[in-house]
Amino acid sequence: MSVNDVIMQAMRENGIDFVTTVPCKQLAGVIEKIEQADDMRHVPANREDEGMGLCAGAYMGGAKPAIIMQNTAIGVTINALATLIQFYRMPLPMLISYRGEVGEPVACQVEMAVHTKALLDQLSIPTYHFHNPEDAQETSAILSHCFMARKPVALLMDATFWKGA
Amino acid sequence: MIRSDVLKTLIPLISDELVVTNIGLPSQEMHLLDDQPSNFYMLGTMGLASSIGLGLALAQDKKVIAVDGDGSVLMNFGTLPTIANNPAPNFILLIIDNGSYGSTGDQTTYTGMKTSLADVARACGCDNVVECSAEDTKDAVVKALAGEQMTLIISKCESGNIKVPVIEMDPVVIKDRFMKAVNA
Repeated sequence: MSVNDVIMQAMRENGIDFVTTVPCKQLAGVIEKIEQADDMRHVPANREDEGMGLCAGAYMGGAKPAIIMQNTAIGVTINALATLIQFYRMPLPMLISYRGEVGEPVACQVEMAVHTKALLDQLSIPTYHFHNPEDAQETSAILSHCFMARKPVALLMDATFWKGA
Repeated sequence: MIRSDVLKTLIPLISDELVVTNIGLPSQEMHLLDDQPSNFYMLGTMGLASSIGLGLALAQDKKVIAVDGDGSVLMNFGTLPTIANNPAPNFILLIIDNGSYGSTGDQTTYTGMKTSLADVARACGCDNVVECSAEDTKDAVVKALAGEQMTLIISKCESGNIKVPVIEMDPVVIKDRFMKAVNA
């Protein structure tokens, strides 16, 4: 099974039915599957903090949300994470394309990659780094952990991982 | 009429509805005038009241009113195409447009100058955009609540604030009682 299918299956196992996305080339396959899924509402966002607002509202409306985004956007989401998701104690799985790691062709992407884990650590967000395609097998348990803890949780999926897509 | 006057006229209409209120004075005014479990006071994320309201409206069937401001919509313009392209017939976005950043000292916003939020919203694809005076806002909300179409109301009112206390309620309590009101 491709990592895209493993991720989709993990989201379904956890009842995720509301997904907001800002695209990334690495995430294109997953986003396409979400768009086609009858059991998930896909709401593309224009910016990631907007997406977190959508997820917060959907959660309070009884949905199980997730956001799909690039790590380059961590900076614009700091306030939404701290004063919305964490302040009100909401779960938010963040499926993040970890750009700027080994295999990255665009030098500029490395600049945010070197800050990504430090920013997530500063926010005390549980963070899981997927490097090998088989790491995808942990997705379902991590999503379950996220909803149990009612916290944002970051899954960083790097270029080597996406070779399994 | 200033924002708090507009809110006062709306309370009999929206008291039992799901209401998401904008950061700063709009939340504090709603909290002072008519604190309800069905009010979600958004205390920290300027710009996201409309996004939270839309997410909530898409996830369940009850009517949702997001009370937003001109400065906040200017900060999160991306919300308008998202609202336009993800139809939620149960969603009302009420933008109290006083042309100023009320919570920070009434500095002028661009909607107090050349920018028209109604024109921007229509250009973003929002179909049902109503611009009205502060006095006519109540009627616009009555109509929106009775209708079966997403409505974006821009209420043009005067700049100015009343003295209101900050909200000391625990955020988890705000969320918890709001979620119970959603499910009631």
